Amino acid sequence: MLTLQCPYCGVDAEETELTAGGEAHLKRETVGAGDEAFEGYLFMRENPKGLHFERWRHSYGCGKWFLAARDTGTLEVFGTYPAQSKEPPLELRDKISAKRPGWSWREFK
Amino acid sequence: MKRYSAFAIAREALRHHTGWDRAWRSPEPKKKYDAIIVGAGGHGLATAYYLGKNYGIKNVAILEKGWLGGGNTGRNTTIIRSNYLQDPSAAIYEKARSLYETMSQDLNYNVMFSPRGVMMLAQTQHEIRGYQRTAHANKLQGVVTEFISPQRVKELVPIINIDGPRYPVLGALWQSRGGTARHDAVAWGYARACSAMGMDVIQQCEVTGVRTEGGKVIGVDTTKGAIDCDKLGIVVAGHSGVLAEKAGFRLPIESLALQALVSEPIKPCMDVVVMANTVHGYMSQSDKGEMVIGGGTDGFNNYTQRGSFHHIEETVRALNETFPIISRLKMLRQWGGIVDMTGDRSPILSKTPVEGIFVNCGWGTGGFKAIPGSGWAMAELIAKGYSPLTDEFSMWRFREGKFIDESVAAGVAH
Repeated sequence: MLTLQCPYCGVDAEETELTAGGEAHLKRETVGAGDEAFEGYLFMRENPKGLHFERWRHSYGCGKWFLAARDTGTLEVFGTYPAQSKEPPLELRDKISAKRPGWSWREFK
Repeated sequence: MKRYSAFAIAREALRHHTGWDRAWRSPEPKKKYDAIIVGAGGHGLATAYYLGKNYGIKNVAILEKGWLGGGNTGRNTTIIRSNYLQDPSAAIYEKARSLYETMSQDLNYNVMFSPRGVMMLAQTQHEIRGYQRTAHANKLQGVVTEFISPQRVKELVPIINIDGPRYPVLGALWQSRGGTARHDAVAWGYARACSAMGMDVIQQCEVTGVRTEGGKVIGVDTTKGAIDCDKLGIVVAGHSGVLAEKAGFRLPIESLALQALVSEPIKPCMDVVVMANTVHGYMSQSDKGEMVIGGGTDGFNNYTQRGSFHHIEETVRALNETFPIISRLKMLRQWGGIVDMTGDRSPILSKTPVEGIFVNCGWGTGGFKAIPGSGWAMAELIAKGYSPLTDEFSMWRFREGKFIDESVAAGVAH
């Protein structure tokens, strides 16, 4: 079973305790944005077979939203970090680089 | 291609079955094709078949990275129905269901289509209203369905418990002409018919790149070398996003794992397909006697073709109340497939930003039932550049806000 560590309460939460929240680091579009930008924000999603950054909620625990880096091809979890992050923390990116040299995901690498 | 018939069986019996041909050839790829279809699952093979049959385009290759029908075509629960609320969905699914009726004769291959009837249980007041609405919509669309009483449900499915304490059966949407078919045979039958028309079904040939020139497709790179083409159909379900990226555009698709399981075989006890969408489980009995059970998808992106164990538990637990008979059945096998989900849970059959590339994906959790209709419509789109059946399923409908919102209509994935 998929297990993610909640970066807030520190619990190793099993999948049944969590709710998946889709792609991480989405830019919220608002009034004034064009059709394409809105379409991107609402419907277009990264769908890699491999490294992916996602939002998760520790629903049946502390209730907090957090972010996770995970491989969708192997279910390997690289790490989790707080939802308030603008980008994956350097420590996590280094950890991913050690295992997936030359990785990139959207604007991050 | 030698025709299959009772006479052929008798003839071969007399010479120890040494005269059977291989059902399809396994050729090496040619340098160039008029059209290449990526993905030899049901939808890809059906697309190629109707390109040849309806439009005479026979210089076609169907490329498959694994083996024929080894993806979701061989992983679904084989249910065929067309009781959809929205007109565009009903049109394409009903086209498919009607093609299933004559498929065995058309392909000269027994796909074991069994129009045993599909029943969708209403277990809440909300569902009663929803399914009555669907039944009315189906009348207008020319799809034969009716809303039936709990007593009629019990007559059709004696093993059902209609007085469940939590979710009693309050009625059902009944499509008597829906049913099941042998899923592998659908892929094999189409592959055999395509091969007989001179098309090349090339297995273990993964597309590694898409070559374009001036916004137009000119070919693909594969593990068996570069192949040129005028038109390219991408029909690869869960891996659509990966291929679209190679071609340089994005699709509003996320890939999730969906599971199914079968029980040990038991004596015949249920001769219809039953779907219970409130508790989210569905069940039918295979010809071998196994109870075939399906449930919901995982909530997160996943390409591993195996799902989360707790979903099996949820599905079986949910069905236990409605079918007390299954509570002591042992489950024999479980498997997962990768389904491609769009924002409105309806498929995409569309041109793309690259000229000559067409995409057929997003069938999500309900693609098997649509295979012949999807192939029929996709072939028309590729051959003529327009199909009335695919018109509403364009990939640009999300930008325009013209959803085909079956997820809301069904209340669940469908």
